[in-house]
Amino acid sequence: MSLFTGHDLICIRGERVVFTGLTFTVRAGDAVLVVGPNGCGKSSFLRLAAGLLRPAAGTLAWEEADVWADRESHHARVHYLGHHDAVKPVLTARENLMFWGRLGEQHGTPLHRRVDDALARVGLDHLADLPGRFLSAGQKRRLNLARLLVVPAPLWLLDEPTTALDRETVAEVEAMLAEHRRHGGMVMISTHTDLRLTDPGYLQVADFAPATPAADVLGLEAEDALI
Amino acid sequence: MNGSLLDAFVGIVRRDLRLALRQGADSIMVVAFFVIAATLFPFGVGPEPNLLARMSAGVVWVTALLAAMLSLDRLFQADYEDGSLELMVLAPPPLMLTVLAKVTAHWLTTGLPLIVAAPVLALLLNMDPSGFGVLVLGMLLGTPVLSLVGAVGAALVLGARRGGVLVSLLVLPLYIPVLIFGVGAVDAAVTNLAVKPHLMLLGALLLAALVLAPLAAAAAVRQAVE
Repeated sequence: MSLFTGHDLICIRGERVVFTGLTFTVRAGDAVLVVGPNGCGKSSFLRLAAGLLRPAAGTLAWEEADVWADRESHHARVHYLGHHDAVKPVLTARENLMFWGRLGEQHGTPLHRRVDDALARVGLDHLADLPGRFLSAGQKRRLNLARLLVVPAPLWLLDEPTTALDRETVAEVEAMLAEHRRHGGMVMISTHTDLRLTDPGYLQVADFAPATPAADVLGLEAEDALI
Repeated sequence: MNGSLLDAFVGIVRRDLRLALRQGADSIMVVAFFVIAATLFPFGVGPEPNLLARMSAGVVWVTALLAAMLSLDRLFQADYEDGSLELMVLAPPPLMLTVLAKVTAHWLTTGLPLIVAAPVLALLLNMDPSGFGVLVLGMLLGTPVLSLVGAVGAALVLGARRGGVLVSLLVLPLYIPVLIFGVGAVDAAVTNLAVKPHLMLLGALLLAALVLAPLAAAAAVRQAVE
């Protein structure tokens, strides 16, 4: 039974404290909606959970083992989908996906079969040989979602995955998420659209906004902070 | 596990080569710069054959350094801007391996064409023919160092304004040892002195860079995507 936890996390970006004392627990099969107003630190939180951003304090743990002690194992179990689409304009949709698949862990089904299946799943099979520069914003997003299906990973961290997607694809994303959870996967999603998820948890990032000015948390004198 | 690491390495090299080939002009422009910059010297210092012959090794190496440096921005910049780099940081292969693969692809698309063009320029600058072989051998050892050290600089300036100028300030001083021993080897060959010490020192630089540069560049990339 996998377990992903964060305890007393502090995130500092530049010189601003984004959130402090953030604590969460995600179990296998859970979906957590990361919510809050713009700029409250949802993206920072997801980057921190992915291991891209180091927390200023606090611990991030996978089954009790500190994530930062063995970051590479953490990377192998995470799929992160951020604001950028990472689609190369001169590579075809299939080549883009094949590359990310090749970097992932190997397993039974041949890669090109998994890639074709994933492309079909997000409705891009007829565009598989089209160079990335001809894909629309929504199609690039779908190509990115297909990346999640090519290589299995237990923890999905999705930052606004439904931006630019049409209604049918959003329904497909909901189905993907449900299937992932049925197989014991975990999802943490920040989104402003209504996703239909069964029994989601909520993480209100704004609740952890620092009550005191940044300088106090850093242990600086107020005058120092003004300089 | 070793098989899959090799697979990932080859996968990254092939992707970068494919990107370089499809967006075409980049490699050709680096070589064109190399040729044009080197041909400026006879116009600048006058077409006196003995003078050119004495300068030739230095001119070829200096312009090769500059050409290699100009191509550094495409090592990480595009991947940084479109989010590919952060996905590579998060991908299972160790980041050092990813960096080494990208450097390999960079060398294949810039260092190697420079080596091919170098003897032609040497001929143009009236270099003694006994120096040609050593020039190519020296560049075979030296240009990978340029790509490796350059990768550290290119990774450090990710996200900085005017990264291109900054990277030259960071990287060019570090290229000096390669320049000294590269030119030294050719001069030794032309004057019938021992070539081997120069080439061995270039080899030592290559080995040191091969170990240290991916480590430093990987750390800088991590910092950049944070």
